[in-house]
Amino acid sequence: MEKRDLVIIGGGSAGMAAAIEAKKNGIDDILILEKDDVLGGILNQCIHNGFGLTEFKEELTGPEYLSRFADQVEELKIEYKLNSLVLDVSENKVVTYSNPTDGVVVCEAKAIVFATGCYERSPGAIQLSGDRCAGIITAGTAQKYLNIHGFLVGKRIVILGSGDIGLIMARRMTLEGAKVLCVSELMPYSNGLNRNIAQCLNDYDIPLYLSRSVLRVEGKSGRVEKVVLAAVDDKLKFIPGTEMEFECDTLLLSVGLVPYVSLLDKLHAEMSSTRGAKVNDQLMTSIPGLFACGNCLHVHDVVDFVTDEGRDAGRGAANYIKGLSNKSKHIEVKPGNGVSYVIPQFIETDLNNDITFKFRVRKPIKNVFVNFKSGEALIHKVVKPVLIPSEMVMIKINKDKLKDLPLSEIEVSLEER
Amino acid sequence: MKELTCIVCPRGCRLTIDDELNVTGNSCPRGAQYAKDELTNPKRMITSFVRVKNRENTVVSVKTSTSIPKGMIFDVMNEIDKVRVSAPTKIGDIAIKNVLNTGADIIITKNIK
Ligand SMILES: Cc1cc2nc3c(=O)[nH]c(=O)nc-3n(C[C@H](O)[C@H](O)[C@H](O)COP(=O)(O)OP(=O)(O)OC[C@H]3O[C@@H](n4cnc5c(N)ncnc54)[C@H](O)[C@@H]3O)c2cc1C
Ligand code: SF4
Repeated sequence: MEKRDLVIIGGGSAGMAAAIEAKKNGIDDILILEKDDVLGGILNQCIHNGFGLTEFKEELTGPEYLSRFADQVEELKIEYKLNSLVLDVSENKVVTYSNPTDGVVVCEAKAIVFATGCYERSPGAIQLSGDRCAGIITAGTAQKYLNIHGFLVGKRIVILGSGDIGLIMARRMTLEGAKVLCVSELMPYSNGLNRNIAQCLNDYDIPLYLSRSVLRVEGKSGRVEKVVLAAVDDKLKFIPGTEMEFECDTLLLSVGLVPYVSLLDKLHAEMSSTRGAKVNDQLMTSIPGLFACGNCLHVHDVVDFVTDEGRDAGRGAANYIKGLSNKSKHIEVKPGNGVSYVIPQFIETDLNNDITFKFRVRKPIKNVFVNFKSGEALIHKVVKPVLIPSEMVMIKINKDKLKDLPLSEIEVSLEER
Repeated sequence: MKELTCIVCPRGCRLTIDDELNVTGNSCPRGAQYAKDELTNPKRMITSFVRVKNRENTVVSVKTSTSIPKGMIFDVMNEIDKVRVSAPTKIGDIAIKNVLNTGADIIITKNIK
């Protein structure tokens, strides 16, 4: 059986950062397994600019950002295998993968980092009603066809969902000659950046309809012919008489991303409400030696933070391999009022470092205190003028404040000022 | 008085600018410059792709080296559509020099081996 110190599953931004950091922390025997034929993951198709402002203090396109890390992987002589799909991972850290040159390979690792990214929610997942016809496609798939292979998937487009991928595709398809009729958003607010609403929609006079969703898709001919939108009330129920009809050939869906965790799920790792695994302060899952980072842990919107998280997982894995990550306690971190999730879910190792808590709020909110409490004791309090669900919040707490807590738990909650 | 969203960085500050070009709402000086340009001579970066001659179904991504006048976006897109390059490509290679006299080059943003 092949043996490795560290196997990293997925060669996107998270996986590359984890590998580089583990190498810098003294782990030499590393293997990155990537199912695609290039390193870089989703960034290969994100050809727009807006990446790297935190990491490099300049604005790069996705491919430029990823190449800086792919170059480091080469320079540090970190081994990677492309076209290599991981089929199975066992609890005792045996990885099974296959590729066209080696066939099926079984490899035992001392530690494993999951960096498998996320997938897009499908028409079925949102119970889209109407005809099942060609021309209904997720925005990320359309992005791949266009930006990697050069195929435009339609000429008259309706987009459902106003997250950044939907907004960015509205502009991309317009520039390539398609007519984007509108973007429809179920919620009363957009989950995309203001900047993307300005430069992707307003610049091209593409209307954004809030509190509206697809009532039905019509396409008896086998291809989308018409999309009917209708307004929804505050319980997200359709309001009769508010229908708007659009003749089009394509419906793009940008209705959310879900961590890709089927390999971890099988192992019965403890899962969180992010639909990723629960992790501790070293980004280790409930299964010793298995780590997770990037979009397969929780969906990120800024790649610079993915890179950072990848580094944390790489360092965590290196500590584990070197026998430095002794679990000495078990403090549970829980989301309270207004908070949808917090990472890490557990604090388990001896505190040599400050801890950055990452979380998202449930709905847009102004002027709040973020409270960190252990039982009745207030450990930390921060004022935030505005918090929105589409922006991950990061708050760093000094390690000394986290010592000697009254209870073995911390709750993160919002309180109006 | 005009209200705009700053697009210079992901923060997306809401700006207001009056007839004397006084800007408020910006968190940094780049926002003030953006608002002034937006009223006098709006500009945008463009990212797109050019087709690769010697690879089947493959395109390579490109960007403008600096922003170009907003009104010329579709003219510049037409120029980008006409170009073909050959692999291998390197980040920073120039696909079109000084496109339509805008002063901006069309630069390749992806390494294809
Ligand atoms: C369309 C889109 C637009 C975005 N725009 C921006 C932006 O403008 N600015 C910004 O800062 N951020 C943006 N982001 C966010 C950010 O770029 C991503 O969150 C980040 O790149 C994710 O990195 P990752 O490594 O976690 O996942 P990915 O890049 O998805 O990498 C996961 C990798 O794992 C591989 N993999 C999965 N399963 C297996 C398996 N079983 N075996 C082997 N390999 C496997 C995949 O092939 C993939 O290469 C955007 C994201 C998307 C999706
Ligand atoms: S004003 Fe400055 S901080 Fe605000 S969006 Fe513009 S560039 Fe960013």
